[in-house]
Amino acid sequence: MKRIETVDDLGRMREALSVPRPDEVVIRVCSTGCRALGALAVCDALDAEVASRDLGGRVRVVRVGCHGLCAGAVAVLIDPKGIFYKNVTPDDAGEIIAQTVIGGEIVERLCWSEDGQIVPQRDEIAFYKHQRKLVLQNCGVIAPASLEDAVAHGAYQGAAKALSEMSPDAVIAEVLESGLRGRGGAGFPTGRKWQFARAAAGDEKYIICNADEGDPGAFMDRALLEGDPHLVLEGMIVGAYAIGAAQGYIYVRAEYPIAIEHTILALESAREAGLLGENIMGTGFDFDIEIRQGAGAFVCGEETALIASIEGKRGMPRPRPPFPANSGLQDRPTNINNVETLANVPLVIVRGAAEYASTGTEASRGTKIFALAGKVNNTGLVEVPMGATLRQIVFDIGGGILRGRKFKAAQMGGPSGGCVPAEFLDHPIDYDSLQEIGAIMGSGGLIVMDETTCMVDIARFFTEFVQSESCGKCVPCRIGTKRMLEILTRITLGAGELEDIDRLVKLGEMIRESSLCGLGQTAPNPVLSTIRYFRDEYVAHVVDGNCPAGVCKALATFVVAPELCKACGLCVKACPVDAISDGAKKILALIDQDKCTACGVCRDTCKFDAIITSGAPDDQTNG
Amino acid sequence: MMREPVEDTSTDQGVDPAEVMAVLDELGVGPDSDLISILQDVQERLGWLPAAALRGVSERTRIPLSRVYGVVSFYAQFYTEPHGKHTIRCCRGTACHVRGGQRVFGVISDILGIGEGETTPDMLFYLETVACIGTCFLAPAMLIDDQCYGELTPKRVETILESYQVK
Repeated sequence: MKRIETVDDLGRMREALSVPRPDEVVIRVCSTGCRALGALAVCDALDAEVASRDLGGRVRVVRVGCHGLCAGAVAVLIDPKGIFYKNVTPDDAGEIIAQTVIGGEIVERLCWSEDGQIVPQRDEIAFYKHQRKLVLQNCGVIAPASLEDAVAHGAYQGAAKALSEMSPDAVIAEVLESGLRGRGGAGFPTGRKWQFARAAAGDEKYIICNADEGDPGAFMDRALLEGDPHLVLEGMIVGAYAIGAAQGYIYVRAEYPIAIEHTILALESAREAGLLGENIMGTGFDFDIEIRQGAGAFVCGEETALIASIEGKRGMPRPRPPFPANSGLQDRPTNINNVETLANVPLVIVRGAAEYASTGTEASRGTKIFALAGKVNNTGLVEVPMGATLRQIVFDIGGGILRGRKFKAAQMGGPSGGCVPAEFLDHPIDYDSLQEIGAIMGSGGLIVMDETTCMVDIARFFTEFVQSESCGKCVPCRIGTKRMLEILTRITLGAGELEDIDRLVKLGEMIRESSLCGLGQTAPNPVLSTIRYFRDEYVAHVVDGNCPAGVCKALATFVVAPELCKACGLCVKACPVDAISDGAKKILALIDQDKCTACGVCRDTCKFDAIITSGAPDDQTNG
Repeated sequence: MMREPVEDTSTDQGVDPAEVMAVLDELGVGPDSDLISILQDVQERLGWLPAAALRGVSERTRIPLSRVYGVVSFYAQFYTEPHGKHTIRCCRGTACHVRGGQRVFGVISDILGIGEGETTPDMLFYLETVACIGTCFLAPAMLIDDQCYGELTPKRVETILESYQVK
């Protein structure tokens, strides 16, 4: 790509590149998240079809980032008509080209369907209709490996404006006025953070992009870096200019190879085009970015631990103050922002603080991206205005619970967050409202749970996670989480006592008050929030010896409900230990309790919900 | 996580110290090297981090061996033991957990007769869990090397593992 020498160059280039070509068909294949399901083979098959039919100038296959509707992987969008195809395989390539691209007809079997009706247009699909894509507007549209494509869609416009028309203080004022808050978890105002770093004494300052997205169940930062890496780089350039940094780092977890690959490509092309390095776009501002890979430690998402890791040390947090804004990387003033926060910055600059702030709630402006997963129909990446309700996300966008089961809770904020029960389905979600009900926004993981999810087991699951990820530096976190895990384990094994529930609360509050860093301070949240809203379930475990959800093996017995069983035999085939046999005269399935390991596969397999659970095996021996 | 202390290089089974040094030469390990990046590169080349490599990195970067080992033992990604040919990473993320991930892990462990962090005696498989591989829409999921398998059931796991055992 040609070097961009001035801000006007960028504008001219954008105009030249974004000339509309109404005759051209663009087939956009998600080649990041969908790669796990063979998206690259789909791209190759489409390319081959295009070549063999000599459609080269008229049809373009573009390898784009996440379309959002991951339940439809491999997902393909055909523009300009905006047709969305799901679950595409290489074998479908011929039909897509012949029927849709040339013939202008829909391939019905590849269309998304709702309530038995096919919905060919992407924008008509409920999943998309109820979203507001601002940060993700180019994710799934542009080719992340192409700087030209990004520029054609407006990339670096915000950086150009900030660097050429605004003073660093004006940039900070704009971000402050926009009300942008950190998307990584705690929601600290970004402009304030920048102010601290700008005011800190020192000639050399750093800006770090925290892409160590370690929360299990969160994948929005990954999708942003994979699908629109230049947006994040642009946010970093603006941030660096505002605080006066000449060097930046992107700290990405090593488990995200595609994000790393696309970030490296983006850095190289931006450098080559003069968007990074010395005298960016002729504005006299020098700034460059290096990428650093994490090595598998959840605690490195904490700022001081992340800094230690970049310095090549064990990623252990240290007490604050001094805050990184005053003494961070190499003891110099350092500002750390999360990926999604930085991706919001160009929007603030380009649209202006007032327009940005027109979306969202009073105290939480803009949009939030959620990674919707668990027992929900439409899993995927979702962007909604702050203040949207859980019902809108889970039901309107997410299409409700799998198999029409009942919504029990949404786990929000990962291991630092909490479980939000059904009574808050209509509660507007923003930073503060979530805090009130014992959860946190966190990075935006949203795992939906139904009646077959055991809340004690979930609490144990997260405690096990934080326990193994605790760095061990401070006692409350290292030993406290261990003790909590022991108590929770004995409850799930049926050996708990009623006093254990209060012990967990007491211990949890103590760990929260006295831990050194955010990991320990928030570690008890999943336990405390499940006790707060699902105490009954804990009581059922310790008093009745029953796991109502049928998850804790020691407290669950699977039996067949005779009135519901249709003797279809699916569970017989699915059972891994051959514990189920066809009953007499092929009427019912029967479960041999001596062989059954209570794994629950039969219940997941049964189409008639005929497999039900009751209390501990001991109660059933004669029953 | 507790690990065995680094033993003398003589216990680095099947490791040729000359080969290790050649890799360090090639990667240009020196006093200015970034420790974590260099360990990642060395491990990518050798498959694991034998004691000889840690010693070599320590000498060349002038970072004390104790600190090098401190870093290696802190991060889950570094291995101080050789691994099986295929690495199975069973996802233990939240979405996988609520959709039966634990079950999947149990089946793999039963079939292969190994637990987390162990290699099969025939050196074919190494089994570990990861916090989340970001394919929550495929839950429960696992990675075998770079290939992702989703929507796993015990029966499907069996078939997949067999396909590797045949190869």
